Amino acid sequence: MATAFAAPSRRDLLQTGSIAALAAILAPSMALADVKAVEAEIKKLYGDKTLQSGKIKLDVPQIAENGLVVPITVEVESPMTDADYVKTVHVFADGNPLPNVLTYRFTPECGKANASARMRLAQTQNIVCVAEMSNGSLYSVKSEIKVTIGGCGG
Amino acid sequence: MANPTPRVRVPAQAKAGELIEIKTLISHEMESGQRRDSKGEIIPRKIINKFTATFNGKLVFEADWNPAISANPYQSFFYKAKESGEFVFAWKDDDGSTYEAKNKLTVG
Repeated sequence: MATAFAAPSRRDLLQTGSIAALAAILAPSMALADVKAVEAEIKKLYGDKTLQSGKIKLDVPQIAENGLVVPITVEVESPMTDADYVKTVHVFADGNPLPNVLTYRFTPECGKANASARMRLAQTQNIVCVAEMSNGSLYSVKSEIKVTIGGCGG
Repeated sequence: MANPTPRVRVPAQAKAGELIEIKTLISHEMESGQRRDSKGEIIPRKIINKFTATFNGKLVFEADWNPAISANPYQSFFYKAKESGEFVFAWKDDDGSTYEAKNKLTVG
């Protein structure tokens, strides 16, 4: 995986490819998304519809040692029948360069609205998850993840 | 990087109505488009932006990935077994190529 590239000079002491890569992701000149960017994304998708709480179980670590690989599991309560199922799940991060992390589209075939992946986090931040049910109702949940390595110099 | 290699874990057999977990992994560097090279120029983005799973031609699960997805992306999800058939998993790269894996499932 170690692709040839050099980290910014102030990070030259960092030796390993992965840490250097993270340092580059965290280059201070970069504009990071913020809470507003996440709100704007949600508004773009769903307008002013109400987001209810509950139903979503977001399983993420409270503390992530390595921001390059942070496990995330989303589970949404639903019978997953043709009449009542989870349609879409969006995951956003409010401290990454880009607010979008991933989007899942489930079908009744899944039997269970549960999926896991691994994501990159630039710094300590909130993960926001929004689920859209087949009847159009929306649920959301937020969880903070503390990122230790590469916390933007501290 | 060399050709992305998909790896998928699907049980070979299941009972009708059984929930099975499908785990997938593909080797890919998922270049985020946020990094800079030694000359300070942005390394162009090249990620897998979409993953789909179909069973006997019917869509089961779909994921859109953004640059915040880690290298060598892992994805797991569930499927409620109904009948025997074949899964087709497809990963779509920014450069237009598609990587595929197929797995048979016997229900009985």
